[in-house]
Amino acid sequence: MFVLAKLQDVVRIPPWQFNKPLTEAITEELNRKLSNRVLYSVGLCIALHDIVKLEESFILPGDGASHSRTTFRYVVFRPYVDEVLTGRIKSCSSDGVQVSLGFFDDILIPPSALQQPARFDEAEQVWIWEYEDGKHSLFMDPGEEVRFRVAAETFTDTTPAGPELSPAEPSAPPADPAAGQQRHTPYLITATVNEPGLGLLSWWANLS
Amino acid sequence: MEILDASSAVLCNFEVYELLQDVKKQSSGKKKKSQQKNLATITYETLRFLESTPCKYQSERCIREFLLALTKFQLTKSEKLQLLNTRPTSAVEIQLIIEESEERLKDEEVEEILNLVKTLLPGPPEEAAADGAEDT
Repeated sequence: MFVLAKLQDVVRIPPWQFNKPLTEAITEELNRKLSNRVLYSVGLCIALHDIVKLEESFILPGDGASHSRTTFRYVVFRPYVDEVLTGRIKSCSSDGVQVSLGFFDDILIPPSALQQPARFDEAEQVWIWEYEDGKHSLFMDPGEEVRFRVAAETFTDTTPAGPELSPAEPSAPPADPAAGQQRHTPYLITATVNEPGLGLLSWWANLS
Repeated sequence: MEILDASSAVLCNFEVYELLQDVKKQSSGKKKKSQQKNLATITYETLRFLESTPCKYQSERCIREFLLALTKFQLTKSEKLQLLNTRPTSAVEIQLIIEESEERLKDEEVEEILNLVKTLLPGPPEEAAADGAEDT
């Protein structure tokens, strides 16, 4: 689920960091810039692994800072498609079940990928697997541990775009925030649980 | 920022766990660290997640022994990685992790893998006790 990404960047070290060893200053700068961020089509950056190559630093006119071209490897959360992971159910809605790994929350199991037949209980706001045609109702309560398979990954470019050209609609805003948030998920994992062995851990605990 | 290789190597949970513990140690050793907020957050959250996985009990040595023991099964790299990360305890889990396991592995071989997992990869202490009780 974690991979090493090899990246290259020109790191700017401001003069007040010159008292530190260069590698230490660069490590801090890279971690400040990348950790806990999603890098487009790379994944969620966690922490610097090592610096592979450090080229000579240079100073630009009018700026006291040093710039060093650095090649480094970064630990990135990027599960591959078909990987089986275990997380906790964060919430259920009619869109499906949202799963959290603690450090990463944008995992969605759409209704079609749940154990079938499944139905959504509006009153309790949970998805229910009607095992053996409704003889047993298996609830997917928030907080339960769930094992899922990664089905697809979607990266969305969240870098600021130019202003929208369409005229603003002042009547819409109340409904917008939720929709806007969803559009701005930079890295979304779509998961499935419709295979034997997948789903809540407690469903399969007694089978061995 | 240039991306030279989006995944130049794959890490198992144990390696990430080790690295993050180093990061945590380093940052706590320093006097004042307010700038590295993001790093502190993600380190804390990821460590908490990893502590709930079996990698907490693994060591370099037991991973090496386990991988050597697996060589005869002709599993792919990612399948071995999954075995390490999830530490399966039932045949259902093996079927999930290993593609077309019914054709590639005989029932005895699945049993053997499960046994290897149990003997070579340490699990949570209370589970080990429960397993022992189940077997008898």
